[in-house]
Formats: sequence, C-alpha cells, structure tokens
Amino acid sequence: MKNKRVVVGFVISTISLFLCVIFSLAIGARYVPIADVISAIKDKSIETFDAIVVRERIPRTIFSLMTGAALGLAGVLMQSITRNPIADPSILGVNSGAAFFVVCGIAFFNISTAYEYIVLAMLGAAVTAVFVYGIGSVGRGGATPIKLALAGTAAATALSSLTSIIMMPKDRVMDSFRFWQIGSVSGANYEKIIVFIPFLLAGIVFSILLSSHLNILALGDDKATGLGIKPVQIRLFSAIAGVFLCGAATALAGPIGFVGLMVPHMMRLLFTNDMRVLVPMSALGGAIYLTFSDIIGRILGGIGELEVGIVTAILGGPIFIIIAMKAKVKSL
Amino acid sequence: MTELIFKLKKAKKRRKNRAITAMVIMTLIILILIGLSLYMGNTIYSPKIVWRVLSGENIKGATYAIKSIRLPRLFAGIFAGIAFGMGGFVFQTMLRNHLASPDIIGITSGSGAVAVICILIFKVSGFSASAFSVIGGLSITVLIFILASWKGFSNERMILIGIGMQAIMRAIINFVIQKASTYDVPAALRWLSGSLNGVAMSSIPIMSLTIALGAIVILVFEDQLKIIELGDESAVALGVKITRVRALLSVVSVIMLAFAIAVAGPIASVAFLSGPISSKITGKSQANAGAAALVGIILILASDLTGQFALGSRFPVGVVTGLLGTPYLLYLLITMNRKNKI
Repeated sequence: MKNKRVVVGFVISTISLFLCVIFSLAIGARYVPIADVISAIKDKSIETFDAIVVRERIPRTIFSLMTGAALGLAGVLMQSITRNPIADPSILGVNSGAAFFVVCGIAFFNISTAYEYIVLAMLGAAVTAVFVYGIGSVGRGGATPIKLALAGTAAATALSSLTSIIMMPKDRVMDSFRFWQIGSVSGANYEKIIVFIPFLLAGIVFSILLSSHLNILALGDDKATGLGIKPVQIRLFSAIAGVFLCGAATALAGPIGFVGLMVPHMMRLLFTNDMRVLVPMSALGGAIYLTFSDIIGRILGGIGELEVGIVTAILGGPIFIIIAMKAKVKSL
Repeated sequence: MTELIFKLKKAKKRRKNRAITAMVIMTLIILILIGLSLYMGNTIYSPKIVWRVLSGENIKGATYAIKSIRLPRLFAGIFAGIAFGMGGFVFQTMLRNHLASPDIIGITSGSGAVAVICILIFKVSGFSASAFSVIGGLSITVLIFILASWKGFSNERMILIGIGMQAIMRAIINFVIQKASTYDVPAALRWLSGSLNGVAMSSIPIMSLTIALGAIVILVFEDQLKIIELGDESAVALGVKITRVRALLSVVSVIMLAFAIAVAGPIASVAFLSGPISSKITGKSQANAGAAALVGIILILASDLTGQFALGSRFPVGVVTGLLGTPYLLYLLITMNRKNKI
C-alpha cells in the first residue's frame, strides 16, 4: 500500500519536475511556444531569436533545480536532527549569519568569486546554527520550537544590525549586497553551476547514506544507542551535510527562506515519515518548488521579475503560520 | 496587627518613593539629552547661541541648523520614544509576556511594509502614509489575534504566528526595495532600520498630537490594564470590561506606533526593551506606562547621539537600538528557561 503510494508519488513528482523545466524555459519576459522550446533543445543548429532565449534560460533552470534540491535536503536533515518541525535556515537565523559573513567579505576582503562566497557563507551558516541551537536548548525541555524560533529571531536582529553597520558607510557594498540579499536564481551561469555540483553531490550522498540511521534516531536516543547507533555522530554528520547544502545554496543564490521548511512537511504529508523516502523526495520536491516559485515570480513580476526568495517567503510564510496553528500548545 | 498594617503601608510608601525618585532622575537625564541633541552636530553652537535661537533670535547658520534640522529630529525622537515605550508596555502587560512586544510579533513590520509601499511606490508621505500604516498595523494585529485564537488562545502560538507574519512582511518590504530605483534605496534602507535623519518639521505636529492623545488615553486606562494583568477572571470580578479595554488599548497603541513608524521608521527593539527596563528601575509593583515612555525617550535620544557621534561613521538610531536589544533578548531567553516559563 505504502509502496504503491510512493511509486505513484514519485511518478507524479517526476512529471511535475519535467513540466516545471519546460515552463521555466518557456516563460519569461518573452514567451516562447513550447514546441519551439523542444525543437531549440533538440536541434542545436537552430539560431532563431527564440532558440537563443531558451538556451539563455537553461543555466537558470538547472541552477534553480539544484538550489531547490539543496535547500529541501538541508531542511529535512535539520528537522530530523533537531526533531523540530520549524527548523529551517531562515527561521534559525542561519541566513542572516551567512549574509553577515558575506558582507564582511565584500566589505573587507573584496571577495568576488563564487568559491569565496561559498566558503564565507558556509562558515557564517555553521557558526550561527551552532550558536542559535546552543542558546535555544539551554534549560529544561531542550530546544523547543518556540525557544529555537526566538533565539533565531534574536540572532537575526543582532546580525542584521551588525550587517547594517558594516554596509551603510559603503555604497558599493550596499549595492552588491542589496541584490544578493534577496535571494534569486536570475544571476545563474555555468560557472556557478560547476562550483555548486560537488557540494550538492556530497550533500546528497551523505544524506542518503545517513537516512536509515536517522530513521532509527527518530525512535529516541536511548533506543538508537541500543540498536548500535551513535546519536551524536549521526547528528554531527547530518548537521555538516545540512550546513554544506544550505551554505552553498545561500552563497550562490542569496538567502532563500521557507523552501527547507515547507518541502519536508509537504512530503511527509503526502508520503511517509520514512527518511529513506523522505530524503530523496525532499530533494525532488525542493527542486520542483523552487523552480515553480521562480516561474510564478516571472509571471507576476512582468518584465522586472519577482525574485524567487520573495515568492518562497510569501508562499511559505502562511504555511509556517498553519504549522504553528496546528501545533499543540504543550509541544511549543 | 496594626503594627503589621503600619509596616506594609510604610513599605508601600517606600516603593512609591523609589518609583517617583526614579522617574524624576529619568526626566533629568532626558533634559540633559535634549540639551546635548541641540548642542551637538556638524557645528557645535554654544549653549548661549542655542538659547538665543530658541527664544526667537535670527542668527545666520545657527537658526537653520537648530530650527530646521536639530529640533524636528529631537521632537521625532521624543515622540517616537513615547510611542514605542508605551506601545511595547501595553502589549507586554496585556499579554503577560515580555516577548510579546510589537516588534517581535510582527506588528511593526506590518506598519513598516505599508509605509514602505506608500513612500516608494505611491510616493505619498506625511499624513496619508501614516494613516495607511495605521490601517496596515491594525489589520496585521487583528489577523495575528484571530489566527492565534483559532483553537484557544495561547501566547506561544501568537508569538510563532507573529514571527511567520514578520517573515512575510519582510519579503514584501524586500520586494518593494528591489523594485525601487537605486537612487531611493539608501534612504529606504536607512528608514527601514529606523532613522531620525532628515525628519521634516512639517511632519511633527500631526505625529506629536496623535501620540500625545494616545498617551493620555493609555494613562487614563492604565489602572484597568493593571487589573487585566492580574488575570482575566479577577479582572471580570473587579468589574473591568476586558474585551473592550483590550481592544481599545491595542488600537490606541497600534495607532501611536504607526505614526511613529511613518516618521522615524521601525526603530528596532525600543518597544521591546522599554517596559522591562522601566519595571527594573521603578520596581515591579510600580511599573507604569509613564516610566516606560521615559525609558523609550532615553533609549532613542541616547542611541541617536551614539549613532551620530560615537561610532566614527554616522549610523541611524535603529542600528544602535537593534544592537542593544539583542543581548537583552538572549538574557531573557536564558532566564526564562531557568524559570521554565517558556
């Protein structure tokens, strides 16, 4: 029964993924008919204006698929190791941490290459994640959603004040930061994709290897230990994989919120709690969701486009509120 | 027995005296800060010149600097301080939670989003921008309350929903900023972090009038607010119409906040800090909205002076207050954890 559902879900997701890719290539400031999209990809020799437009959109589409997959995976890992329904890079203040480090980099070290962005964003993400989680889990009851959310808000306020202090005196920094800060896939190019690939692959391999251990960990630390699993080690590896994924995605695309929050929840609702299914499906779902949001942004924004980070927040914020409404008061 | 009553009365009087002394000292500090705000700037004018300008004399340079730049800035700071201080205090007292201040549960960002849309997209400012941000702030507040009381009201749920709401509002603000022309962006960013730079004298009368009226309403209803803080049941037993008082006080606070935000931007953390600091200073039993307003004024004026003159480059007041708020929020989290209150 469950297997059938998973197979059907997988088929439907793959079809939606395919549709998203096609529409992502077709829709934009200039609409290209779908037949032309397909022929432009098939036949490299076509040199019409439409074909060139479609080829220009290819890196953007690939990049949004990759970013979405990375964020979806990071979300499922974080929610699973913190056993917390609202763990998401944007709620935990991790994005502001990455942003702070990147702004320091732009302002003090004149960074410009993708690798430098990645390294700094990843450092920032890791430091903030540890900090927020540490503060959120002080006291009895450990890290409850409300404590984590408040610790995340506190950290985000502090970090954005610090970011402003560094950024405001320098107009140059402010201008390059303003676009990075919103989170977008419109600046995609093949260079970024190539930089991204190793991080994404490593993250995927890690999380698939870890998924069955995470299943056991969900039973509780005591039982997991009894079954021969080392909870601390598994958490550490999963956290590293999560920071790799969301750090790289944030560095290249800017902070994009709520993908990591929403996608795992939807997948859990649609399929099962089994991490072996949830991990690959969250990657797939993240890719679909982000590409879909990007398409929506292009439709709604007209020629100027709406950056994808804005769309995901506006779509994802209500979902977060619904999760908060459904949560039992005690578990908050 | 009589001796006990005598002792209690004496203790009460002592607490009251402490609160009064504290408030007098705070007022003195505010007067000093006002003096400093008029005295310091690009050019430092001697107190004598400041006085001559204020009493109506026309001195080349000084009159312009003081009357068109420093005075509006000072007024905006004072009234924003009152609005944020009292607004924060009202929400914190009413909801019996220090974390439930308007800037954490998304009310200020609601007003801010509407104000940004007015200023950057429709190019309206002044009174109509304030009016619209009042509407924005009120609707967000109502929405948060409705959502939070879906299955029985709980403060925790309201805070989480507020945080979600804030994320949506931030996304809208980001969107508007992204659409704005490069020329407008630095100003918009400065305004968003809360800034008293370039406040025009023309925006002061309406702002100060509204906030003053709101402050009076809050002071009048303060006794009832304190009874509500005791718990809904005791309040009903003591004859307070809770729903009505709650609605009135929320509306008045949101209006005050929105007018302050439309002029000075959502100055971070002042609403959140003023209440708790003032109750530490006056003693918990004597905590009152007036003291919270005084603390609000001190925070804003002192942070504005710090932002202008102490940090090398000039920073808007909200950046400084944002930095102040964070350690306190963390402290609160840790102490609340210890008491197991969350």
